[in-house]
Amino acid sequence: MNTALDTPPAPTRRRPDVGHILGGLVRSREIAVLVVLLLLIAVATFKSDGFLTGDRWRDLLLTPSILMLLAAGQTMVIITRNVDLSVGSTLGLCAYATGEIMSAGHSPWLAALGGVALGAGLGAINGLIIAVARVPALVITLGTMLVYRGILLRWAGSDRVNAGELDPGFLDLGTKQILTIPVLTILSLLVVIAVGYYLRTARGGRELYAIGSDPDAAALFGLPIRRRVLGAFIASGALAGLAGVFWAARYGGVSSNAGQGIELQAVAAAVIGGVAIFGGSGSVWGAAIGAFLLVTINRVLPILGVSDFYQQAVVGALIIGAIVLDRVLSSRAERRLAVDREATS
Amino acid sequence: MRKSFGAVQALRSGTLRVEPGSIHALIGENGAGKSTLVKIVAGVHRRDGGTFRFKGNDVDFSSTAESKGAGIAVIYQEPTLFPDLSVTENIFMGRMPLGAGRRIDRAAMHEEAESIFRRLGVRIDPRRSARGLSIADQQIIEIAKAISLDASLLVMDEPTAALSGVEVERLFAVARSLRDEGRGLVFISHRFDEVFDLCDTVTVMRDGAYVGTEKVAETTVPALVSLMVGREVDDLFPKVDAEIGDVVLSVENLDSPGVFRDISFDVRAGEIVALAGLVGAGRSEIARAVFGVDKYRSGRVTLDGKPIRPGSPRAAIKAGIAFVPEDRRQQGLVIDSSVAHNIAGVIRGRIAKGGLIATGMENKAVRPWASRLEVKTNALDMAATTMSGGNQQKVVIAKWLATGPKLLIIDEPTRGIDVGTKSEVHRLLSELAGQGLAVLMISSELPEVLGMADRVLVVCEGRITAELARGEATPETVMAAATGTTPDQIHLEHEAEAVKEVTA
Repeated sequence: MNTALDTPPAPTRRRPDVGHILGGLVRSREIAVLVVLLLLIAVATFKSDGFLTGDRWRDLLLTPSILMLLAAGQTMVIITRNVDLSVGSTLGLCAYATGEIMSAGHSPWLAALGGVALGAGLGAINGLIIAVARVPALVITLGTMLVYRGILLRWAGSDRVNAGELDPGFLDLGTKQILTIPVLTILSLLVVIAVGYYLRTARGGRELYAIGSDPDAAALFGLPIRRRVLGAFIASGALAGLAGVFWAARYGGVSSNAGQGIELQAVAAAVIGGVAIFGGSGSVWGAAIGAFLLVTINRVLPILGVSDFYQQAVVGALIIGAIVLDRVLSSRAERRLAVDREATS
Repeated sequence: MRKSFGAVQALRSGTLRVEPGSIHALIGENGAGKSTLVKIVAGVHRRDGGTFRFKGNDVDFSSTAESKGAGIAVIYQEPTLFPDLSVTENIFMGRMPLGAGRRIDRAAMHEEAESIFRRLGVRIDPRRSARGLSIADQQIIEIAKAISLDASLLVMDEPTAALSGVEVERLFAVARSLRDEGRGLVFISHRFDEVFDLCDTVTVMRDGAYVGTEKVAETTVPALVSLMVGREVDDLFPKVDAEIGDVVLSVENLDSPGVFRDISFDVRAGEIVALAGLVGAGRSEIARAVFGVDKYRSGRVTLDGKPIRPGSPRAAIKAGIAFVPEDRRQQGLVIDSSVAHNIAGVIRGRIAKGGLIATGMENKAVRPWASRLEVKTNALDMAATTMSGGNQQKVVIAKWLATGPKLLIIDEPTRGIDVGTKSEVHRLLSELAGQGLAVLMISSELPEVLGMADRVLVVCEGRITAELARGEATPETVMAAATGTTPDQIHLEHEAEAVKEVTA
């Protein structure tokens, strides 16, 4: 029974193997990204005393709150081996709708609900086209990205929702802090925790991973693939809608170009955070840390004297580095396993 | 039961009757329709006709979830696991136990997985991820899945193909204990010793049809072999004898961990050498390594005495190797492009003028090949996708002949091609060999191997287990080498009887 020999005698494992856990932590992408993030902050604080104080601190926490929501939604979609490029346009449309509902005199609660519901609806359109017509998500969401943005342009024109039209209590939300932590950031973190909890402990969440890990096997298992993929897109849309609501609160106004280009940042945050672009693995925690990292890099690079022009290139290099590293590590592991099997057979 | 895929009838009349508390073997050559039958039982495909009863009720599964719900578990040839998920999650996917608040009860799940593994007598960490498990362990997980389902019918499609002796014994012990619990098992295998060791009854299939069911205790290996291959071999175009020239391709000690090992053979000019064996034995992988699509760890490939750089199809093409892959539509053709584009595909560099290819030049370069192979297409600018399988195959061959190769590697030359065109492809291969081309053919069809090949190399589990000259190659010797049984046994003791059956 040679296969039993090379697997650890696990069933009787009583005390956790410290070395094993440490090894797992070092290999864990979430930890690695978090370490990079903390290093960046440490270096920036060292270089510039005021980095973690006042407005800069607030901005460092507040800006990722919107990106984090999008990255969480994006994670759910990417895990199923799809991608949602329409979230930026969805955010813009929902932010504008939220503002319009409020400026029409309705309560901010209704406006926020409307924004999220609209986002869910737009996500459902994506999901339905992709799941029913079986077409690649990349193309469909690229299309709806342009369509949704076009609708917003037609609706808003050169008009914009101004801070004066919004509910004062709603605007407060964008500036309020609890223990120096902005309320929006706290709300975002709560949402991320909820999504993370779902992905980890609900049947539906595990099935999303299964579908992305091997779609053919998922079909043989009899998993409800279409329903799950549709659900992921609705969730992504709803989170983009919520991000739109946050956008309106944070910036106190919405114009027709709100959220333009942020969809790629959301994908980047997820990928840097260890969500495999071919589905099946990664966590929403990683994506959230990735969102923080992206924003922090943008703030830290000027302090380090890196010219504005290079900032995007640095972020790009980070993405490429993360993916190439993944690829190298996994192909090395696969080769080792093949040789191991050869040795035992 | 019947099932057709397009024009190809995969299953004409499959019949299988499994009693509870028994292990039923299902045997037959590659393409006999066993896997199709299994997929209908599993609910992957729907049958086109016939009856399907389970526990006395007429059933018609439209999805795998339905067949699972009814208590049928299927273990496929290729394990279907999710590499990114844990072992336990793989076992319980789709029906994980829920605890308070509809959250997955991981503790209960791990516990049940461990208790199943204990019962199976294996030690696999239920918390580890499924990535990197050996095939044997993957199979154990599939079985654990079936047990946790409490399936009353368990179908195993060649479960032992990748297992070592000890692992096979372990699997059989589990299978017997499941049988003793009153479950029905279907066991698909190519290994007769296993069939006789494990099973109670055996059903033989051939060419998509039911041939017969026997009690294992009342039958013999030769009797089963003759049931499996009992058809006439001479209904195909046989290869015309050609003058065999010098060694063209020489493969020495090719080795790729976990795929194949110690592969050495020659192919001479004018010779057709067949790589025979069962699906998954490593034949295609050998061909792919020779052509440079896949890398290999050690060994040497030489063409006309000159070594070929490994891992580079470009170098292989330059040296004079042509490769017609098994999957015509995916790998052999740019399926939506025109016939002319396809044929000119590999010789683009030669017909281009200043980096540009004129349509006129292309057509001129392509026409002789198309007409030589009698590709039935009115215009060369028709898309390849509109043609029949046979004509598509000819386009692929034409594409390679245009490069003036010395060696043609052809994987499953007549798969999915109707009988008429089949013999045309055979005639073509024979002609090409006659003109001095060396041909390395991979085929799962025994008559094709026996009719076409000057020499048959039988591959079994990544190794060449037999090299048979044209005169020695019979259905029995090839099948015996491919299934790892002793060829002498079948061949010598029962030759007369088997031949009688074949020609009857």
